[in-house]
Amino acid sequence: MVATLVRLRFLLLFNTIKSSPWQIVATIAGGLYGLGILAVVVTVLIGLSFAPPELARTAIVLGGAALILGWTILPALTAGIDQTVDPARLVTFPIPLDTLLVSLTISGVLGVPGIVTSIAALAAAATWWQFPLAAAVAVLCSAIGVLTAVVGSRMLIALGSRLNAGRRSREARSAVLIVLLVLIAPIVMFGGQFIRQVSADLPRIADIVAFTPFGAIWAVPADVAAGNFGRAGIEFLIGVATFGAFLALWRFGLARALETPKRSSPTSTSTRGLGLFGIFPGSATGAVAARALTYWVRDPRYAQSLISIPVIPIIVFFIAGAGDNLGPLNIIGPVVALLLALSIYTDVSYDNTAYALHLQTGVSGRSDRLGRVIALAAFSVPVCLVATIATVWVVDTWYLLPALLGVTGGVLLTGFAISSVISGAVIFGVPAPGESPFKSKPGGGFSLMVSMLVTWTALIILVLPTLGLALMTWATENMAYGWAGLLVGLGLGAVLLVIGVRVGGDILDKRGPELLSQLQQQK
Amino acid sequence: MTDTNETAHTRTDGGIDAGTDAQSDTPAFEIRGLTKRFNEKVAVEDLNLIVPSGSFYGLVGPNGAGKTTTLSMATGLLRPDSGQIDIHGVDVWTNLITAKSIIGNLSDGVRLFDRLTGMQLITYAGLLSGMDRDVVVERAGELLALLDLEGAGSTLVVDYSAGMHKKIALACALVHAPRVLVLDEPFESVDPVSAANIRDILEGFVSSGGTVIVSSHAMDLVQRMCDHVAVIANGRVVASGTVEEVRAGSTLEDRFVELVGGRRHGEGPAWLRRS
Repeated sequence: MVATLVRLRFLLLFNTIKSSPWQIVATIAGGLYGLGILAVVVTVLIGLSFAPPELARTAIVLGGAALILGWTILPALTAGIDQTVDPARLVTFPIPLDTLLVSLTISGVLGVPGIVTSIAALAAAATWWQFPLAAAVAVLCSAIGVLTAVVGSRMLIALGSRLNAGRRSREARSAVLIVLLVLIAPIVMFGGQFIRQVSADLPRIADIVAFTPFGAIWAVPADVAAGNFGRAGIEFLIGVATFGAFLALWRFGLARALETPKRSSPTSTSTRGLGLFGIFPGSATGAVAARALTYWVRDPRYAQSLISIPVIPIIVFFIAGAGDNLGPLNIIGPVVALLLALSIYTDVSYDNTAYALHLQTGVSGRSDRLGRVIALAAFSVPVCLVATIATVWVVDTWYLLPALLGVTGGVLLTGFAISSVISGAVIFGVPAPGESPFKSKPGGGFSLMVSMLVTWTALIILVLPTLGLALMTWATENMAYGWAGLLVGLGLGAVLLVIGVRVGGDILDKRGPELLSQLQQQK
Repeated sequence: MTDTNETAHTRTDGGIDAGTDAQSDTPAFEIRGLTKRFNEKVAVEDLNLIVPSGSFYGLVGPNGAGKTTTLSMATGLLRPDSGQIDIHGVDVWTNLITAKSIIGNLSDGVRLFDRLTGMQLITYAGLLSGMDRDVVVERAGELLALLDLEGAGSTLVVDYSAGMHKKIALACALVHAPRVLVLDEPFESVDPVSAANIRDILEGFVSSGGTVIVSSHAMDLVQRMCDHVAVIANGRVVASGTVEEVRAGSTLEDRFVELVGGRRHGEGPAWLRRS
């Protein structure tokens, strides 16, 4: 039975990958990326074996604790990591609970993240090769550590699965993660400084972490190597107890989840009347805009593409050296424009097969394109304006304002144009409606990356004239170049937008049925 | 196609009179030599079908017979490999916009824009077909009432049950007052009371001169409701005509089994018998 379930997991994985050659390419690319990271980690760990044991201990304890913590918390937030074999789908089969636990643990370890983690953990054990006893203990401890991580990844999901059943809570979880990601940049920025300041205290922090459930098991080999057998024994007990507790909690959660299978709970979301449909013009274009803007508000997948926006000023501020020279802040407007304008190039892919309604009603491709651009422009134009004017005000570079408005406007309009063409021409592997915005389809990430490279390059080439004039303004401090830049940016952008909407619309009119077939295949 | 674009965007009434009276003798649908392959698999092969104007036409066939594929091609959602489809004398694939304004379509197995409320979704469908907002809103309210969805008009479609999903999709198909209704499995998971109400709506539509094509697995329903029926198997029409003609004195279900084959006689595997 265990073997059957583990085999099922690989069968499901291979069947998804097999469905298109691109997915195979993308999966291999992803695998190579993972291998690259792994190679770095293993090299560092082996290198640590030549460093003082104290340093190795600190690094391994902190790294190991972060590993278990990450495995435990991330899946609960994203609900997207290795749910290849979803216990909810096995509910109808008479599988003993313990068999299920063993099978899911083994499939977890044999997944790509599991294998990577296992190899890294073994490398951590190899760090102690100069202390044979410690190395032997380390192999056992690493195994327990990996199992704790894998069980942890299932534990919170199983415990929360009744709670998670409703759409609302899924979306709430996405919101939490989005906020966390927004906060990560400042944490990393300040955190970097913080770590530099406290690096002297790190060994002491590691000492404390070594007595917590997440770090204990990783500290055992170091203390064995140092001859602190009493301490090692206590840490080992804490580690094993953690594993046991995780296992028991998971078992309890899974048993309860199997008895109360998922069902969607009704929610109280409601809108009397027409909402945005009553505000936009009552034309086909207005309707598309109203629909698209409603989705920006209600669909977490759209919110996810806005994550990076509030972070940009902070990143630019720190890259600029945090306070000395504010000049680089001036690029915030154009960068925000770039990210916003290209946020709709997966729009038809996000529609999924609901796009059939556009096809059934015979709405013209141009109305479709224009409506989506209007919805995005409704908030991106004010945001970019505010960002540009605010930075010029903060940096006190008012002479750059026309030039910067030209670049920002040009980037925005050109980006709208490019998005309009691409979203009608290419279908991307994006999360389906209702899925976690962070769920990645095998191969989806890779094709998105390639297309992003292409669109960004195209966009930068198309705004080069405006960019050139803006740079001239900066170099000569002559505002005449700036005004010319404003004219060229907006004029060229407007022309490109008209072309983009027309070309994109014609593509939709011509290839609508083929697009729907593609959408149906990847549903 | 540009000249049909013009008419499609000036109409306000969704094309209830998109065909002229002179065309009323032409069949609602005339399909000749329709073929569609998916890779190696032939889904529809040289299919011929004539749906008379003003008929209530049932399309029945086993799973995977090609019903949905045929209906998708007939409504302009899936490009055929070869063959000709005319709707009231209009070639569907050369006059897509005109054809779509005549058709009201309920497709099986596609999503809806389910982050909209029921009211918003119907309004969206109407506005996309080029209707006036005031007319759409009025009709949307009526449709919600007719389909027992009144209380659900302000709820997001994503929170609807399967049956309510079907009903709201049907409302979207009806809102622009089409001349021909093409409904793929409209009664699936709809409760009996709502199904009866839907049947009344469709019968009223037919008696006023409209044409309805439904695909269904419920033979009893098709026999009672439809006046014409076609049996599709392996991508071809194996029998078609009035219900009386096709069932030839027997029940439609028996006749269907006879035409399609595959009925086994026996008591199932020995190991499944309890005694």
